[in-house]
Amino acid sequence: MNVTINGTAHELPSGATVSQAVRKLTEATSGVAVAVNDEVVSRGAWDSTALAEADRVEVLTAVQGG
Amino acid sequence: MNDDLIIGGEKFSSRLIMGTGGAPSLEVLDQALVASGTELTTVAMRRLDPSARGSVLDVLRTRGIKVLPNTAGCFTAGEAVLTARLAREALETDWVKLEVVSDERTLLPDPIETFDAAERLVADGFVVLPYIGDDPALARRLEQAGCAAVMPLGAPIGSGLGIRNPHNIELIVEAAGVPVILDAGIGTASDAALAMELGCDAVLLATAVTRAQRPDMMAEAMRSAVRAGRLARLAGRIPRRRYAEASSPMNP
Repeated sequence: MNVTINGTAHELPSGATVSQAVRKLTEATSGVAVAVNDEVVSRGAWDSTALAEADRVEVLTAVQGG
Repeated sequence: MNDDLIIGGEKFSSRLIMGTGGAPSLEVLDQALVASGTELTTVAMRRLDPSARGSVLDVLRTRGIKVLPNTAGCFTAGEAVLTARLAREALETDWVKLEVVSDERTLLPDPIETFDAAERLVADGFVVLPYIGDDPALARRLEQAGCAAVMPLGAPIGSGLGIRNPHNIELIVEAAGVPVILDAGIGTASDAALAMELGCDAVLLATAVTRAQRPDMMAEAMRSAVRAGRLARLAGRIPRRRYAEASSPMNP
């Protein structure tokens, strides 16, 4: 299954969860937030939210700014 | 003298809100934040970079500074609302500095998108601090929409041009029932002092400190300037006169 994580194509096993997608980038679970197709997925739902083919996953954190 | 700044029911003894953009390193930023005495500091939300080392969040946590996520980089209300929701999830705060800009060149705030986003975020339970032009009418409308503060610009972000329209800032202050935070355009200490003398409740700045040759020293200057301007405002300045008024009496 192909999904996009932060703009880059990734191959994940069919039925992979948001947690698995996040772990492609980081082991951190705090200070990080996820949107799938422009909808926020709360941290408590990462393990139970399955991704689908062509989903767009955005993994954000705080950086210097403003 | 107890002169706390109160935003959204929270008290701050410092009236200098810092941004974190532009610092050459986290160490320099840390020194500047400490020297500024700030208790509230903005961060931006961006895609996670697995190669990044250290985090601005660690600096703020270590120093006990409250984090204020912004929606910098957003051009539409929809983007800003999503960014605010992601920030709430990542940083566990419902505070947001709402920033929706109209174009890359000026980074001037888009009033229509900003108002739209503000209404949606207030309805969603956020404490909304919108970055706006120096427009008294818009400031009032955003206050009526439930924003916790308004943040008019002095001049474009990073320009260091100071306060281009002090009269409008005064008009915003006169009408406001929520804190007015002068945001953007501060170039040096006198600009920050002027903002406070005009009656602003706080100043938000970043570039003037982070891109100064000595960020920690400029941070200290800003801290003093905000305090000096605040005291001068509370003390009540003398009226301006066209001609001299002798300060030494002729007939004692």
